Amino acid sequence: MIPNNQKIINELVVKSTTDNLATIRKFIRENTSSSGVDEDAISKIILAVDEACTNIIKHAYKYSPEGEITIKLQSDNKKIIIKIIDEGKNFNPELIPEPDLKRLQKEHKGGGLGMFLMKKLMDKVEYSNISHNRNQVLLVKYLI
Amino acid sequence: MADFNVTTRGVGPVRVIDLKGYLDAHTAPELEQEFNKLIDHNDYKVVVNFDELKYISSAGLGVFMAYVETMRENKGDIKFSNMQDDVFNIFDLLGFPVLYEFFKDEKEAIEKFNQKEKS
Repeated sequence: MIPNNQKIINELVVKSTTDNLATIRKFIRENTSSSGVDEDAISKIILAVDEACTNIIKHAYKYSPEGEITIKLQSDNKKIIIKIIDEGKNFNPELIPEPDLKRLQKEHKGGGLGMFLMKKLMDKVEYSNISHNRNQVLLVKYLI
Repeated sequence: MADFNVTTRGVGPVRVIDLKGYLDAHTAPELEQEFNKLIDHNDYKVVVNFDELKYISSAGLGVFMAYVETMRENKGDIKFSNMQDDVFNIFDLLGFPVLYEFFKDEKEAIEKFNQKEKS
């Protein structure tokens, strides 16, 4: 469990549209660069958050632009913790099996890669339902 | 924020797609449109030049997966060139090098198509 005494560095709330992905990436970069995190880790965190938010826009809000996505970024000298909260349809991509590229290709499909990528990029990826209508994706990256 | 650009040029029988900027779920539909245009014109031999691409997410990778079989079924392919290391690492993480050809330089990728044509 994440201790409660960690300071929230920053919070971003955006509508559930794909044009906000650039804003989300900028927010993550701005709030990790200053804390001395190396470039490789920053790039991985940015991509993982992009993938998580893309999944929310696609699956939780079904591309409805009216939904809200809240991103909370916390850090200490050992790790970066990102919590991404939405109020859309509950979905659990943790249950999605590892993608079979060959099969997806044969079926002319390009989806299902995001969750797999998030797990490769981060040390922890956890989906949960935090209240009756709020879902949370918890992403953790250890810095040492 | 329209920080993405896709253009296509012809080099002999090969079409080269130049990507620039950030390819994510917002901009991936522009790349899909470009592939649809190529298919409409029966252009199936494609080299994607990543020289100016700074960022890619799985939505971008998914576009190649969705179109590559159509190209291969029509005696073409999608080959990749001029990729920066950090972009290549994402392709690598997902296992793309087993299924796609990557070239350091665009010319090598075009030459590979031309060799096949001669043989």
